[in-house]
Amino acid sequence: MTLQHETTAPTDAPQPRRPPRLDWRDHAIYIGFVVVFLLFAVTLGDDGFLTGSNLLNIVRQTAVIAVMAVAGTLVIAAAQIDLSIGSVAGLSSVVTAMTLSATGNLLVGVLAGVGVGLLVGVINGGLVAYARIPSFLVTLAMLGIAGGVAQWISGFQPIPILDRTFTMIFGSGDFGPIPSLLLWAVVVVAIGVVVMNKTAFGRQILATGGNPVAATFSGVRVQRITFAVLVISSVVAAIAGMLYAGRLQSGRFQWGTGDELSVIAAVVLGGTSLFGGTGRVLGSVVGALFVGLINNGLILAGLDVSQQIIIQGVIIIIAVALTRKR
Amino acid sequence: MNTSAAVRMSGIRKSFGDVEVLKGVDLEVHRGEVHALLGGNGAGKSTLMKILRGVHRPDAGSVELDGVAVDLRSPADATAGGVGMVFQEFSLVPSLTVAQNMHLGREHRTRGLLDDRRMRRDSAEVLDRMGVELDPRAVVGDLPVGYRQLVEIAKALSHQARILVLDEPTASLPYSEVERLFALVQRLAAQNIAVIYISHRMAEITRVADRMSVIRDGRRVLCDDVAAVSPERVAEAIVGREILHLAEAPTREPVPTDTPTVLSVRDLRAGSRVQAVSFDLARGEILGLAGLIGSGRTELAHCLFGVDRPDRGTMALDGRAYRPAAPGDAIAAGVMLLPESRAQQGLVLEHTIGQNMLLPSLRRLGRGPLVDDERGRALCDDLVARLQIRGATGRIPVSRLSGGNQQKVALAKWLALRDTGLSPRVLILDEPTAGVDIATKTDIMHLVRELADTGTGVVLISSELEELLAVADRVLVLRSGCVTADLARSDIPDEESLQLAIQGA
Ligand SMILES: Nc1ncnc2c1ncn2[C@@H]1O[C@H](COP(=O)(O)OP(=O)(O)OP(=O)(O)O)[C@@H](O)[C@H]1O
Ligand SMILES: [Mg+2]
Repeated sequence: MTLQHETTAPTDAPQPRRPPRLDWRDHAIYIGFVVVFLLFAVTLGDDGFLTGSNLLNIVRQTAVIAVMAVAGTLVIAAAQIDLSIGSVAGLSSVVTAMTLSATGNLLVGVLAGVGVGLLVGVINGGLVAYARIPSFLVTLAMLGIAGGVAQWISGFQPIPILDRTFTMIFGSGDFGPIPSLLLWAVVVVAIGVVVMNKTAFGRQILATGGNPVAATFSGVRVQRITFAVLVISSVVAAIAGMLYAGRLQSGRFQWGTGDELSVIAAVVLGGTSLFGGTGRVLGSVVGALFVGLINNGLILAGLDVSQQIIIQGVIIIIAVALTRKR
Repeated sequence: MNTSAAVRMSGIRKSFGDVEVLKGVDLEVHRGEVHALLGGNGAGKSTLMKILRGVHRPDAGSVELDGVAVDLRSPADATAGGVGMVFQEFSLVPSLTVAQNMHLGREHRTRGLLDDRRMRRDSAEVLDRMGVELDPRAVVGDLPVGYRQLVEIAKALSHQARILVLDEPTASLPYSEVERLFALVQRLAAQNIAVIYISHRMAEITRVADRMSVIRDGRRVLCDDVAAVSPERVAEAIVGREILHLAEAPTREPVPTDTPTVLSVRDLRAGSRVQAVSFDLARGEILGLAGLIGSGRTELAHCLFGVDRPDRGTMALDGRAYRPAAPGDAIAAGVMLLPESRAQQGLVLEHTIGQNMLLPSLRRLGRGPLVDDERGRALCDDLVARLQIRGATGRIPVSRLSGGNQQKVALAKWLALRDTGLSPRVLILDEPTAGVDIATKTDIMHLVRELADTGTGVVLISSELEELLAVADRVLVLRSGCVTADLARSDIPDEESLQLAIQGA
């Protein structure tokens, strides 16, 4: 290579490599988490906030959101959005419960649940990636469709799950000292971190979200990436639905309702840009914990669910405003 | 000089993070003068001008306009001081009309409602003063590229600007439009406007500029009348050492006639822009593609690279049918493209140098599904050093690099791929030296030759005829999507004759 010139001028001296400057916005979620935690610890200490069982409760309630937020990070990093995950979780819980009671076969039940996610994901991904309909519209429609199907086939009734093995594996039981729910979350998060940060797939997701044209010109199969990301999102949502079913020992269309809001809040709070091109899986997990923390604190403080939802909406807006650069 | 300078900047310093870009720069520009501002990629030209335009605040130093010290805190301050600027990057809104663009952010109102008629009248007046025939109601997105540049200038002038900064106005301008721009610049100077003109093309400087300043390493190293210094001295001031000029590079042996063909294209048609193109590219051959804007060169490149699918015709690579359905297929087959627009097609602007450079190579870096970051970083550091990419500190996004350095990153993507073991069979370069400084231009052209010497077939699209003649073995002339001439380098005596072939005279 002839490009290397004899370096004579000081111009060519390599500039010193310094560690990148810390941008507080990149770490806002961690700071916010600690601040709110301390705030609750002081103000709600007498209401039982700091007890072991309450803290474990937060983790339990957060685990399912965290699982979905991992996939949500991939979706948002690719500059897409998936609004159907809450409904898909509900539908998967219903289908799994119905299949379990009809066949009594654990494996068939689980496959049916995953199959729901796969089917919805293929439809979502196909319409977005290949028919080029905006994911916002497709998944908003799917939110209604999946929710409606769940209500229809279950006749608005909860469907009890009597299979002990299923409920043990999916969220009710413990593996040794560790609640199975926590184990699920840890495994999914670990996979998510590796996929996002260490694989070619993860980086191609980021490039697709950052500039789909430049990604295409670099050989990235942008449509495939978009398709894959939406399929993953639905399948993970279906697994989340089974975790609800296992924990609550029933399938019901309401499981997961409104989770899309919590997931988007968690992902955005975690530092992933809604415009695509960045993705922080661990940030999303802390974001999910943060949302769970606030909900828990609000309950202890005596607020009801409707008030929680209002506060969640406000948090999303504040988070987006605060973390937006320039 | 005397106190009547339209612009006097003294001791300007500016750092970004830990890097000091300007280390005390002086600049005086007088009314009615065309002042060339020169320097290598990343020298700080755009930064200095953004300070004058109120976009950046200097860390130290002072600015005087017409002898009055001013504190430019915002672009609005600069506008009030009579400074207009055409930025390196396009800044028009394609969906708005010429008049709307010219008044963007400072719309005229009557009783709260937009006064469209007045804005149109104002715009027409400015365009008239520029000697440009253009309807202020035309939608910018519908205009040819050359006209958009004129609208940018009109926008910069549209509020009594007495100082006009043009940051590489010709980098994205077709050859045929350049003359018109020169005439306009001279007309404005005659109207007593001070024009600051940034360009990497030496020939332009001697054409339009009266005086020049050269910046290197954050300091002004030369300031003189253009007529008083030789081009060689200017080049040396810019680069900081003597460089081997392109035209002086040893001529290449023409590729032997029995060299195997690597790419063969027969009767290719695509849309309205590519009509019936046939040609063969031999291994190691550098094939220039010349033509006016709209002649179908970029569209042809897009067919070869799998961005667009041809309607008819066949392509063969190494004798086998080649039908890429997407750039991914083309790359896997060894066909690579440096696209025309680095910002839209070449780079993910918010990603780092490394992320961009390694994007095509990710699947080849490391074992199994995991990317070997260690190896990636080494590859990237090596290319940064080899291509002398400036400003590559830490993990800054490529959007913060100067224009020329961005272009190097876009090119480095294919070099990284080669270093991971996938050598290009065919490399297509679409205006590879747009916005690139003279030293890098020569470097890129040497690199192109080197690739050709290892057997890569190169297709070089360029509007700079000097460049084509310096490196191409053969030149295809395209007009309206058809090949109108296929000339061996030895059959082209000089630039004029090629220019004639392009214009079809
Ligand atoms: N906003 C920014 N943040 C950090 N660094 C910056 C920023 N803007 C410019 N720089 C750095 O300052 C240096 C000078 O950039 P500038 O754009 O002024 O160069 P230039 O002389 O215009 O080069 P070119 O001819 O390539 O356009 C570059 O190294 C660039 O990376
Ligand atoms: Mg510049």
